[in-house]
Amino acid sequence: MTKSKTIICRCEDVTLEEIEAVIEKGYTSMDEIKRITRCGMGQCQGRTCRTLLLAELARATKTHPNDIKVTTYRPPVKNVKMSVILGGMEDEENS
Amino acid sequence: MKKTAEVVIIGGGISGLSIAYNLASRGMRDVVVLEKSYLFSGSTGRCGAGVRQQWGTEMNCALGKATCEIFENLNEILDFEDDIEFKQGGYLMMAITEKEVEQFKKNIELQHSMGIPSIMLTPREALDIVPELNIEGILACTFCHKDGHANPFKTMQAYAEAARRHGAEIYTYTEVTGIDVEENRIKGVHTNNGYISTEKIVIAAGAWSRQVGMLAGCEVPVRPERHQILVTEPVNPILGPMLMSFAGNIYLQQEPGGEFIMGFGPAEHETFNISSTWDFVETMCKKATRYLPYMKNVRIVRQWAGLYEMSPDAQPILGKAEEVEGVYLATGFSGHGFMFGPITGQLMAEYILGFPTTLPIDKLDVGRFKRGELIFEPSVV
Repeated sequence: MTKSKTIICRCEDVTLEEIEAVIEKGYTSMDEIKRITRCGMGQCQGRTCRTLLLAELARATKTHPNDIKVTTYRPPVKNVKMSVILGGMEDEENS
Repeated sequence: MKKTAEVVIIGGGISGLSIAYNLASRGMRDVVVLEKSYLFSGSTGRCGAGVRQQWGTEMNCALGKATCEIFENLNEILDFEDDIEFKQGGYLMMAITEKEVEQFKKNIELQHSMGIPSIMLTPREALDIVPELNIEGILACTFCHKDGHANPFKTMQAYAEAARRHGAEIYTYTEVTGIDVEENRIKGVHTNNGYISTEKIVIAAGAWSRQVGMLAGCEVPVRPERHQILVTEPVNPILGPMLMSFAGNIYLQQEPGGEFIMGFGPAEHETFNISSTWDFVETMCKKATRYLPYMKNVRIVRQWAGLYEMSPDAQPILGKAEEVEGVYLATGFSGHGFMFGPITGQLMAEYILGFPTTLPIDKLDVGRFKRGELIFEPSVV
């Protein structure tokens, strides 16, 4: 499988090729790569791609994954409709 | 890291990067930018991304108009291979009090005198622009189709890469730990990665500007204020303009990718705390669904926070510090640092190089607070 067809971030359609290109450009922190490529900014909030990106970054920079700062986990834990937060259940059938 | 520099810019946000690019592209050599964390870590990378010309003071109108014109051509100016995603869907300002209606009338008159193409709308006319808007309680609106928003990450990336191409150095994870001053002149900057000797520094450190100023013995009157924000899942485009209400205390926009970004101004004390709160989400949902009932079916994906650096009159501080020779200030943007970034870089580069500035910045000097010549901006969230 080619790198241009290997998906790292499924929500935002970020490929391995794109990740390698930004690392090559000198963006070597997870936080920077997240913000430039949107890897991990999609609806699943990086549940799959966070570890994949970490592994790729560790490999590319020859750094142990333990020594790489992982992006911040931000609330909410899962996507939630505004109506749910406001306490209304009238639109539940659309969920 | 370099041992000497012609100028050391402290702060790698939009202001610092734009100043670096503008200095380097005008031929200044040895331009260094120091960023204490990763690029995008500060306030620019956390902002609501709006860019507007609809202001209530002549100064902000002039800055807003000039910066918008740069944003329109920024991909070409910076030779950026990607896209800063500048979407000119306008800003729809909503007045919900009689006092605001009067203020909006004055604003429109001022904006027209400055050549800004804003218009006054009845709530019903506003529906032509935002059909999903709940106009109940809205008395009047103003709209300027030139306003909009851009991608802060891409804009910073564009400036950073252009600055580097012109020879500027940007050092991330490099924090200023001390500033040497001798006989009232800047001598050098200590960092956790070494010492750089220089005669000029630019304080573009956003909410941390006061602390950086103290290292050089300069008073920089800004205070940090937490502002929270959230982003939703992407949905079909339904919202062209940025929606904004001052009395209603809300801004809300839809990104080109379909996500909504929104926030409001807090009633909080000075703080460097940038944690997220549940209170914010709850209040935000009430505010968002009040203006766009459609939002109740949209899912929240993520929330975060960043810092405004508030100046005493909520207008930028541009110019020189008074206490020490060689200290330049580009701070105090009070929540508008991103949108003013492009014009800030141009004006500060001109000023530092001793050229006449494209727009007069003498009234934005730090001395205005001592002189009591504050320029209060009435139109801020």
